[in-house]
Amino acid sequence: MTNVSDALLTLDKVGKRFGGLTALTDVSLHIKRGEIYGLIGPNGAGKTTLFNVVTGLYQLDSGAFDFAGQRYTQSKPHLLAQAGIARTFQNIRLFSNMTALENVMVGRHLRTSTGIWGALTRNATARAEERHIVQRARELLDYVGITTAHQTLAKHLSYGEQRRLEIARALATEPKLLALDEPAAGMNATETVALKALLQKVRADGITVLLIEHDVKLIMGLCDRVAVLDYGKKIAEGVPEEVRRDPAVIAAYLGGEAT
Amino acid sequence: MDIFFQQIINGLVQGSVYALVALGYTMVYGILGLINFAHGEVVMIGAMIALAVLQALLAAAFSPVLAVLISLMMAMAVCMALGYSIERIAYRPLRNAPRLAPLITAIGVSIVLQNLAMMIWGREYHAFTLPFNSVSHQIGGAIVNDVQIGIVVVALIIMAGLLWLVHHSRMGRAMRAVAENPAAATLMGVDINRVISNTFMLGSALAAIAGFMVSVNYGIVHYYMGFMLGLKAFTAAVLGGIGNLRGAMLGGVLLGLIESLGAGYIGDLTGGFLGSHYQDVFAFFVLIAVLVFRPSGLLGEKLAERA
Repeated sequence: MTNVSDALLTLDKVGKRFGGLTALTDVSLHIKRGEIYGLIGPNGAGKTTLFNVVTGLYQLDSGAFDFAGQRYTQSKPHLLAQAGIARTFQNIRLFSNMTALENVMVGRHLRTSTGIWGALTRNATARAEERHIVQRARELLDYVGITTAHQTLAKHLSYGEQRRLEIARALATEPKLLALDEPAAGMNATETVALKALLQKVRADGITVLLIEHDVKLIMGLCDRVAVLDYGKKIAEGVPEEVRRDPAVIAAYLGGEAT
Repeated sequence: MDIFFQQIINGLVQGSVYALVALGYTMVYGILGLINFAHGEVVMIGAMIALAVLQALLAAAFSPVLAVLISLMMAMAVCMALGYSIERIAYRPLRNAPRLAPLITAIGVSIVLQNLAMMIWGREYHAFTLPFNSVSHQIGGAIVNDVQIGIVVVALIIMAGLLWLVHHSRMGRAMRAVAENPAAATLMGVDINRVISNTFMLGSALAAIAGFMVSVNYGIVHYYMGFMLGLKAFTAAVLGGIGNLRGAMLGGVLLGLIESLGAGYIGDLTGGFLGSHYQDVFAFFVLIAVLVFRPSGLLGEKLAERA
């Protein structure tokens, strides 16, 4: 067990039920500042449920989690975003009728403050803030590699660009933890390589990354540590090499075909 | 031809009012998927408050221009508070209820407000006249007065301002984000409840202005005036494509023109059998036609997922 004080996110026996279905059972884990942490498991293992709990979309039924020194048993998404958790979705959820630039600008909402009076009077503060929002949004689009399509509606971007736009939008909230739900899904090999480089750059910039992914090569090549969920329980945790050899993990993934 | 131009002018004036009210319906629908049937009543309350404040200020010997401005401001402030309260008390507890529940609640709120207004201001019609002369101008055989010009100009400025606000301000971006995808918006740190409250307050401020306009145009306020006006504005919002801001503006002006031209010519068309008091028929004929032939409205895209 690592020293808990360097943990950014700690889950303490988190449980979540949907009616009679138990989606998460006493899941405990901790993610250290600055690491890339992978969350894997078969379909329906509860990975996305876990994401929804720590981002406040679902309320947990038992246990609690600590984020950046603050304990949560229930919260709201915008408050957790304020605290520094940002995420992307497995099925991309952009504001599809807004431009790429506007999508990222919405991400700046949290760190800006102009209200209706500022907007209507267009005072110096409001104008300066708006300029700053645009500038930062442009920088973030360039950062994720969308260099020319700033004014394109999100729905008209290519699939890979939409995934990267979601990351740019999440980064615009200035997160401490960036949670990515299957960012490589549907990407071709080249795009996946670019994604890997992007995530390494994000980590180098001091942002902790939590990653759900099915692409085993990406997980193994990118993550410092990995946890495996199966039927809502954590069945293994450790460095990728170790987890890959874990018999419980092999059994969960390959079922009866193992050994 | 004189009657044609005259009816065009009347239609533009009435259409401007419809457009402002329709914006209130369409903004709330765009964000909540709810038809706020109490919105017409907010217009009526705005008119009543404006009249009450105006009379009080004039009695206290305020200068006419100042009195008009303050009464309009007060009406907007009261309506914003009212819109906020309606959402908070009547709609928010039903946010996750089946769609019929908030709809029926909206009708309930509308009845409550009507009766409240009747208790406060009585059943009689009140005269609403501006404390200064409105000069009439002759333009190509039609007559237009300063009040009518003022209504159209102010409505245009407000609509342009609203479009700018929604497309180029932080608050407007948050509104559009919530309308498109509430879950993603909240994860970007947008407080959905706050955006919804803002939307109701913005719509109600427009309603107050519209209430003021329609009162000075007709010179009369009445506790029941919001009902028909609300239905017409709702029709205008549907005509333009509910949920679409430009649609509400276009639908409002178009409905005003259709109604006014219809009222102007219905006598000739039916050989005097039906008179201009049948003008309401046109608005609802339009509503039925739109619902049958183009339910998504003139500028509406394909029906929203939540519709």
